[in-house]
Amino acid sequence: MSTIVETIGKLMRGETSARAQAETAVSAAEKLNDELNAFLEIDRPGALKRAAATDQKINAGETPALPRLSGIPIAIKDNICVRGLQTSCGSRILGPYKPPYNATAIDRLLDAGVVIIGKTNCDEFAMGSSNENSAFGPVKNPWDPSRVPGGSSGGSAAAVAAGIVPVALGSDTGGSVRQPASLCGVIGVKPTYGRVSRYGLVAFGSSLDQIGVFAQTAADAAVVLQVIAGRDPHDATTADVPVPNYIGETEKNVAGLRLGVSRTLLGEGLDSEVRASVEKAIDAYRALGAEIVDVDLPHAKYAIAVYYIIATAEASSNLARYDGVRYGFRAEEAPALREMYRKTRDEGFGPEVKRRIMLGTYVLSAGYYDAYYLKAQQVRTLIKNDFAAAFAQCDAVLTPTAPSPAFRFGEKVDDPLAMYLNDIYTVTANLAGIPGISVPCGVSADGLPIGLQLLGPYWSEGLLFRLAHAYQQAHPLNAQPKIHA
Amino acid sequence: MPISESDIEKIAQLAHLEITDDERRMFAPQIAEIVTYVEQLNEIDTGSVEPALGGLTPAGERTESSRADEVQPSLGQTVALDQAPDAAAGHFRVPKVLA
Repeated sequence: MSTIVETIGKLMRGETSARAQAETAVSAAEKLNDELNAFLEIDRPGALKRAAATDQKINAGETPALPRLSGIPIAIKDNICVRGLQTSCGSRILGPYKPPYNATAIDRLLDAGVVIIGKTNCDEFAMGSSNENSAFGPVKNPWDPSRVPGGSSGGSAAAVAAGIVPVALGSDTGGSVRQPASLCGVIGVKPTYGRVSRYGLVAFGSSLDQIGVFAQTAADAAVVLQVIAGRDPHDATTADVPVPNYIGETEKNVAGLRLGVSRTLLGEGLDSEVRASVEKAIDAYRALGAEIVDVDLPHAKYAIAVYYIIATAEASSNLARYDGVRYGFRAEEAPALREMYRKTRDEGFGPEVKRRIMLGTYVLSAGYYDAYYLKAQQVRTLIKNDFAAAFAQCDAVLTPTAPSPAFRFGEKVDDPLAMYLNDIYTVTANLAGIPGISVPCGVSADGLPIGLQLLGPYWSEGLLFRLAHAYQQAHPLNAQPKIHA
Repeated sequence: MPISESDIEKIAQLAHLEITDDERRMFAPQIAEIVTYVEQLNEIDTGSVEPALGGLTPAGERTESSRADEVQPSLGQTVALDQAPDAAAGHFRVPKVLA
């Protein structure tokens, strides 16, 4: 599949049309959906109409004035609001809910000219690491459909991996962009907390959530982040920090940069093939002129414990709004209000969402707040401090993205804790608020992709793109998924 | 911290969740296991550590986020009620509040 930059060039020279691009993407989405289940809604008429309007502008000679993503097909995770399309969050409680407004990231992408192909499948309310928690059936991994695509943004990851779209949006609360990117062999970036507006992203863990980008290349992810990043008055947690020229940053070389590696994180619990791939990637960076330094992240081992207190506490509060009154599903035949709430939430939520709501309710309940929630927030400070100390010694930290390649369906579904441990390398970035990117760095003996993760200081997305791009240029992933457009 | 099935029932009530007997039997050991796991945080001395409330970066904390208190356009009644399971006469209709 062409990169965004190549496609834009072809569009401007008349070698392709926006309609042809949209038709190809929509047809691939439709054709592969029986196998992959990556899309919950495919918007053929809307995509073709928008593409036709772009072609009209190109034919009318408006080419130089066209915005930078004109005619580029994109897929959107089904927890990000797009006016006129459904936003189910993979949940029965929202189902075919159609939001009356666009997320800020969507408004910015539409202003930049993208063509939205559809809404992608995900774990219910973005809670999961395998996509098995979607109320509408799991997404299959295009590399091996008997295996999970990762989660929660599995549909977006699979859509990019299978070549249906060049780029897609997801959301990352504990690794939900980076982990599926790793398992599907694509780039996945989680920006700094406050880099991208959360307005119109359905809330899960508000102090952790960020919208992220999937792409085949770091350069394409950079183009998309460039468009969606920046302060938004609709989200008070977006920071007033200038958005640098990510494309320009991406092209700089990496010689002289210092990469931190924690030997502890490459130890126990890590699949041996993942370890070997990541070690090889470390050597590759050394060969590119980067300096490798040892760093210590002594509190990283507590990150999952901290995360499952903070994320569930915030989720139990955020998900209180689903009560069957204003939108979405309502259980029938409840004679009184409280029963209606309880029946609606019982029938509307799946088991993992209920489990997390209950866990969050428990840790916030009277008498336990200090023991769990306050304690977790204190350890969160220690995790932030660990990274601050590490970044005094290095420019970025390199880790695996996930402890293993894609696992089989059903393997961890009955053991929530085992499933949670999938996020061991990714949750730290959400807790610390720092950006992270997953970069494909190899393929296992079973033909499954492996990803490395780069973590940088606040607002260092440009540096992460630069490191990812240099790696991809030197070591492109010379393999393709079984299921591909 | 042992968590019993009756604790699960109490938590479900607090969270407005109606759970079945099967769910209660499934959730009790699972939630107990997760709570035991998170209690490993107790081995860290956090006596003098400030809690990291919220997710803001230093630049995020410095960002002015208040605005003038001015009336701005809103969705309006028709749009706001459009997705309601049971809208009636410009309102959200719900089952009776007092049984």
